[in-house]
Amino acid sequence: MVALGEDKPRPYEECMPDIFEISIDDLKHLVSERAVSGETMLLNMGPQHPSTHGVLRLLLELDGEIVVNCIPDIGFLHTGIEKNMEAKTYQKAEVMTDRLDYLNTVGNNLAYSMAVEKLVDLDVPARAQSLRVILCELQRIASHLIWLGTAALDVAAMSTFLYCFREREDILDILELVSGQRMMTTYIRPGGVWRDVPVEFEKAVRDFLKMMPKRVDQYEALLTRNPLFLDRTLGIGKISGADALNVGMTGPGLRASGVNWDLRKARPYAGYEQYEFEVPTRAEGDVYARYLVRVQEMRESLKIVEQALDKMPLGPVRSNNHKFIPPPRSEIGVSMEALIHHFKLWTEGFNAPKGFVYSAVESPRGELGVYLESDGGPKPYRVHWRTPSFDNLQAMPLMTKGVFVADLVAIIGSIDIVLGDVDR
Amino acid sequence: MDKKLQPIVEKLEKTFGVTAAEYRGDVTLVIAREKIVAACEQVKGLGFEMMSAMSAVDYWPEENPRFHVLYLFTSTSKNLRLGFRVPVPGVNPTIPTVSHVYQNANWRERELWDMFGIKAEGHPDLRRILMPADWEGHPLRKDYPLGYEEPQFTFNFQEIDLRKPYAKE
Repeated sequence: MVALGEDKPRPYEECMPDIFEISIDDLKHLVSERAVSGETMLLNMGPQHPSTHGVLRLLLELDGEIVVNCIPDIGFLHTGIEKNMEAKTYQKAEVMTDRLDYLNTVGNNLAYSMAVEKLVDLDVPARAQSLRVILCELQRIASHLIWLGTAALDVAAMSTFLYCFREREDILDILELVSGQRMMTTYIRPGGVWRDVPVEFEKAVRDFLKMMPKRVDQYEALLTRNPLFLDRTLGIGKISGADALNVGMTGPGLRASGVNWDLRKARPYAGYEQYEFEVPTRAEGDVYARYLVRVQEMRESLKIVEQALDKMPLGPVRSNNHKFIPPPRSEIGVSMEALIHHFKLWTEGFNAPKGFVYSAVESPRGELGVYLESDGGPKPYRVHWRTPSFDNLQAMPLMTKGVFVADLVAIIGSIDIVLGDVDR
Repeated sequence: MDKKLQPIVEKLEKTFGVTAAEYRGDVTLVIAREKIVAACEQVKGLGFEMMSAMSAVDYWPEENPRFHVLYLFTSTSKNLRLGFRVPVPGVNPTIPTVSHVYQNANWRERELWDMFGIKAEGHPDLRRILMPADWEGHPLRKDYPLGYEEPQFTFNFQEIDLRKPYAKE
């Protein structure tokens, strides 16, 4: 092995880091006594396993094909975003929010922007609110498409994956149209959005709205009555509504267990109260119910996008409180005050009042909350991300008691974890 | 304050001898750490089925209290939210575990131990959760420096390589 910048190869042992070993004694309290005596088998699954949707590691205790205990091990994608955000000003910290849940980038921007707006008490113009809703719902569809594709792939439905990614591409094209970026958009900013959408935006969204309902029908035709799919999902990975609440599960997983809890309906934000939509729920709480809820959610999201697009008013897309929001480029050239604001905001940032707020949005995976504390300075004193996948994943040991190893893959898929969201 | 939340907060205020603070619509109560298990049991009985979030803030170099542990409860049936803050001193910081009351406190308290070094007493499985098992220090504490990496280019590769703690064998 030759490292970069070295001419002589080093012996292999020297290049290897010290390996930290964990013995069975450290994990005794997690597995049954039969595992210690060797009667049941301990099996490591992941982190490099295609069905774990990233870098999730599971320690499995198996009795033949039956899962006795399932112990998730997370942290392989920990990036220290909470710590990093403490060192950046409020505007600059936002760039990191995209990297948390990389399938719901617009939603992360919204959660963070709403927390900052709540902290400094900023108003957001109506057009910006409509744009936020449209993009978040499109992002929700994109995220559910990835989930549908990969979860179906896990139970060996290969073709769905290809179709889902085809449609997701259209949504990413729309995001690229408005922000210049396909995934890491940073489009929603505190006080509004980055800038107004181009004229092609409306046509692109309308085309998508026209095409998509038929495509959702196609996915359902492929899966909903497919006996192979039903065999793999029906009655698998059950969790009751009370258990789901107790482990803090939110989002489609909770709604598939019969609890009607959607922040868009229960605690409306960004003008969701203006739109008519249903919150799909199922009582069964199994993998199939979670599939049905998510597919139905895609249809509801399309309805919201259509209404928001119809109702979208004209006007500014950014708050004009220039103590917090940078003035537009056109003003900087002619107004001394605008120039001063611009300079102050991009060098020093704005000072938020001392206090703490919690603000949450409904991400495709559940309640995405931001806890923001300010000590009166230009940088957040503490940012905590209450990410939905972290709590949803805790339901995994409950769902997997006594299932077959093969069903485990279907269950991981149905929780819809994003490891960037779990590990932060 | 929400009309439905008012009687609940008044009841808690009376039981635990505290006053609620409201900031931008978020209601928070400061609870002593000896009483947090009783308080959690009580809010669960009052209809807060879910513990939405749990984390901490480090006020270093303040020592007593150095940390505030945050709890956030949600009632899905009544559509309410309520927060707790628990002051914890900097020397030997511990809190009693609430993982038997709310199950997701299990991982959240592990995260608290991992990131802040606040031990949850009576926790069934207190290991590090996000950082590697052999990591030293607790990254989200304020006296833990935010590190950075020097980018190496061809012309200064050797020079930086000598300084890097992990690049040397």
